Amino acid sequence: MSDLVKNIFRLAIFVVVQVYVLDKLPPLHRFVIPILYYLFILWLPFSLNRLSLLLIGFVTGLLLDYFKQTPGLHAAACVLIAYIRPFIISILIPKDTAEFNYREPSAGAMGWAPYAVYVIILTVLHHTYLTLLEWLQFGTFLDFIIKVFSTTGISLLLVFTVELLFPRKLKFRTNTA
Amino acid sequence: MRNIFLFIRRYFTFLAFVLLQIFSLYMLFKYNKLHHAAFLGVASELTGRMNTQVDKLDDYFHQGEENRRLHKMNDSLFNLLKANYAVPDSSQRSVVDSALIDSIKQFRKYIWRDAKVVYNTVSSEKNYLQLNRGSKYGIQDNMAVLNSDGAVVGQVVNVSPNFSEVMSLLHVQSSVSAALKKTGDAGRLEWDGKDQHFVQLKGISKSVEVKVGDTVVTSRYSYNFPPDKFIGRVAQISSDPATGFYLLKIRTAVNFATIQQVFVVENLQRDEQMQLEKDTEKKVEQQKKGK
Repeated sequence: MSDLVKNIFRLAIFVVVQVYVLDKLPPLHRFVIPILYYLFILWLPFSLNRLSLLLIGFVTGLLLDYFKQTPGLHAAACVLIAYIRPFIISILIPKDTAEFNYREPSAGAMGWAPYAVYVIILTVLHHTYLTLLEWLQFGTFLDFIIKVFSTTGISLLLVFTVELLFPRKLKFRTNTA
Repeated sequence: MRNIFLFIRRYFTFLAFVLLQIFSLYMLFKYNKLHHAAFLGVASELTGRMNTQVDKLDDYFHQGEENRRLHKMNDSLFNLLKANYAVPDSSQRSVVDSALIDSIKQFRKYIWRDAKVVYNTVSSEKNYLQLNRGSKYGIQDNMAVLNSDGAVVGQVVNVSPNFSEVMSLLHVQSSVSAALKKTGDAGRLEWDGKDQHFVQLKGISKSVEVKVGDTVVTSRYSYNFPPDKFIGRVAQISSDPATGFYLLKIRTAVNFATIQQVFVVENLQRDEQMQLEKDTEKKVEQQKKGK
């Protein structure tokens, strides 16, 4: 399956799971909101240039926003992590090894420790920005801090569960493809 | 000029990032104020179709409960049937009505339309419901939404041809005019974003006697909601230190997590009432200026 088709399927699955499963679950607590869909942006291939990353991030966020009736909220957060992503990757992995051998970021391609750092930094950024925008409209500062921590916690748990449950096959970059 | 182009080329990604951010934030803040956004109509047609399909599946899991509720409702209506009441013979006599104009003729003020909830959340601070009826069916902004037992759910904020979006009571921007049934004192009903079972009633004076368990209904002063519709019961009484009014915690009659069938209620005189209010304001302003 080509990267394009695979990623379109992935986006559809992530949005459906987010909108129809995670958002419909009876909430554990009002601060604990599981968010998983942004993993789609984290899993995009290395080969994408920065502009198309931004646009894909924007479209992903907007798609979710139209389902959740919050136009712009998730789009803003997704554009932010799509913009930051290349910087984090270039810091975490040396140019001459992984990026040239593998197609997309994964624990196998980058090693568990750098991959975990990559996921954690982007998750914290995404959730902080998202919660900040919500907090600007409503709520106290303490609410904001607690919500960032609890939402990040539950989302990281989900991300690593997904990572363990659905191991992606590592694809080497070849000259033929 | 050349330098400007060079600058743009060099920082093109960053500029694109800033532009997209500005666009998203513009959409967000505009929507929070006006509940309108670009392409929202087209988008809610698409999300609505999808939500309808998922909702069909979801219905199978709630049919038993829904059936029991409907049966209860039928039972209460059957009890109201004329056939249940015997009429004594002595009351039957013919009377000639001499009035030329029917002075007790009633006119219609509210129209009820049925609708089905296709998407619904309770976990966010801003909860919306999506209904499977839209402008084609006569739904407009600001119409009241009641559940199948007649208790208040929220009000319509946005419509597309086949679907409509409802701001539920569980929305931090929601504000509904509500009153205590016993005394008739009116206040504002708001949500603090904390517990999905409780909303807050503000602006009830401390001179009013309130007890836990008192019924709260929609007030007669609301343009959107029909009067005396059940909202919930007082669960906790405390006083608001800032204003000197009561701060009443109300347990809602509607269980927002399981809501399925609703009524959309249209106030046929709403436009007239709004117009009158606007005209009055204008008149008062003019009189002030004239002095």
